[in-house]
Amino acid sequence: MSAKPIPVGAVSAGNKMLRVLLYAVLILFALYYLLPLYVMTVNSVKPLAEIRQGDMLSLPSVLTFEPWAKAWSSAQIGVQPTGLKPYFFNSVLMVVPAVAISTILGALNGYILTKWRFRGDDVIFGLILLSCFIPFQIALIPAARILGTLGIAGTTTGLVMIHVVYGLGFTTLFFRNYYAAFPTELVRAAQIDGAGFFQIFRRILLPSSAPIIVVTVIWQFTNIWNDFLFGVSFGDFDSQPMTVALNNLVSSSGGVKEYNVHFAGAILAALPTLIVYVVSGRYFVRGLMAGAVKG
Amino acid sequence: MNRNRLQDIIPRLVLSPSVALIVVFVYAFIVYTFYLSMTDSRMLPSYGFVGFDNYEKLWALRHWWRALSNLAIFGSLYIVICSVLGLFLAILLDQKIRGEGFLRPIYLYPMALSFIVTGTAWKWFLDPGIGLENTMHQWGWTGFEFAWIKDRNLAIYTVVIAAVWQSSGFVMAMFLAGLRGVDGEIIKAAQMDGASNVTIYRRIIIPMMRPVFLSAFVVLAHLAIKSYDLVVALTGGGPGQATELPATFMYSYTFTRNQMGIGASSAIIMLVMIFSIIIPYLYSELRPGRQR
Repeated sequence: MSAKPIPVGAVSAGNKMLRVLLYAVLILFALYYLLPLYVMTVNSVKPLAEIRQGDMLSLPSVLTFEPWAKAWSSAQIGVQPTGLKPYFFNSVLMVVPAVAISTILGALNGYILTKWRFRGDDVIFGLILLSCFIPFQIALIPAARILGTLGIAGTTTGLVMIHVVYGLGFTTLFFRNYYAAFPTELVRAAQIDGAGFFQIFRRILLPSSAPIIVVTVIWQFTNIWNDFLFGVSFGDFDSQPMTVALNNLVSSSGGVKEYNVHFAGAILAALPTLIVYVVSGRYFVRGLMAGAVKG
Repeated sequence: MNRNRLQDIIPRLVLSPSVALIVVFVYAFIVYTFYLSMTDSRMLPSYGFVGFDNYEKLWALRHWWRALSNLAIFGSLYIVICSVLGLFLAILLDQKIRGEGFLRPIYLYPMALSFIVTGTAWKWFLDPGIGLENTMHQWGWTGFEFAWIKDRNLAIYTVVIAAVWQSSGFVMAMFLAGLRGVDGEIIKAAQMDGASNVTIYRRIIIPMMRPVFLSAFVVLAHLAIKSYDLVVALTGGGPGQATELPATFMYSYTFTRNQMGIGASSAIIMLVMIFSIIIPYLYSELRPGRQR
């Protein structure tokens, strides 16, 4: 077309192509990760007939929130047409105390294991840490017995206790790693000034613990909210969490499969952790890194 | 002096409930389950000692072998694909991407979901009658077939698909943190020596990611062995026993087939598998001198 010399940017033109390709690949993967969420959302507001004949990617031609209402308050879960509502509150009643107790215990444990070290403390930490990894199948039979013996089988109290115990490993690990980097001299100085165990914790460590508390709370909240195995093993109608109810809703064999209701239910079950993640996901990731990469 | 004594006791006193809970709920439970695995327990625990009979029965079960071979397929693909994809995405995201802050949470959000939600979404997506296959037919590609979830030989791969979707973003975040920790000076020096980007990644950066590979392997391997919810929600272990894993095997033998002794022995095998991966890892991480 013209006699103009090929610009110096021959390389950079290649680079530009590469950049375009790079972005294309990244966006493609973003679509891959978003696809199931998109499909669930779109199909949760379609009438059933439209799902059956139409394709799953198209936007609804008739918009209906009926499936959401039904999933929340009237869908058949197991034998009762209660919707997911009571189970949602079961989950809340289970998650809040379990997260609070396991976080407080983890903070105290981390404080002791780093600032009040004693002979054999690393063995104790090792034992606590190892508990993060056990397959829970090992605990199902004896836990059922213990909960029965204590008279809290099938109750929210029982589930709270189970989640506290099996969360302790993680919460202790998070706080221990965090407090390990906290200057021990400050603690020693306060001790010389006559401050006691709890005073030092409250006045010196706790005020600078906000980041790790956020991380621990998010981690525990996500794990306990999403738990299925303990919920299905140790819960009954008054204590079964949302995940179990969702599974019952989706896999109930009788009658017509109301996919739109299933999707609305799935989103309802996912909503609390999604919101927490969207609001404070940055801390979540940062904390996971601290815990997972640096161990 | 007295006060000091008290101050010495308080920490141990505060630590002791946690330690007691862990000792009972983890270690005593392991011992108890191990003991049960040596008894003739069926629907309820019973204490007739039978030695290693249950283990012999367990290893003679086709069902158990199916669960193990499924775990081998699922676990290895899950670990390899998550690691490769995670590293790949992390490297791409590390190229000073505009909108990284927008893309990263999109890659990561699946890990905030429960496996039950993931399973529900993918079950439908993979269902030939209503999901992807049907959609392709609607779009006019009538020859399109994708019915792995109904196929005894292929169903296990659908578990891989859903699990990779859920976890790969998390692995990406681990690698991204690792890449961000690489010393820029080393890369500059390599560039000065005329090394190409590909070479720098292949020869310098990726080998430096060894600890991240190890952490990712440990996290993913123990998740794979524990996998339960996803299979329950996605395939229910079926079709037939095509997607049965040790965790679902244990649950069904213990609680629905009333073979508690065999269930307990399978739980012990799972524990042994996990500990043989985790204990060497923790040992090398916590060894004095490497302590942070």
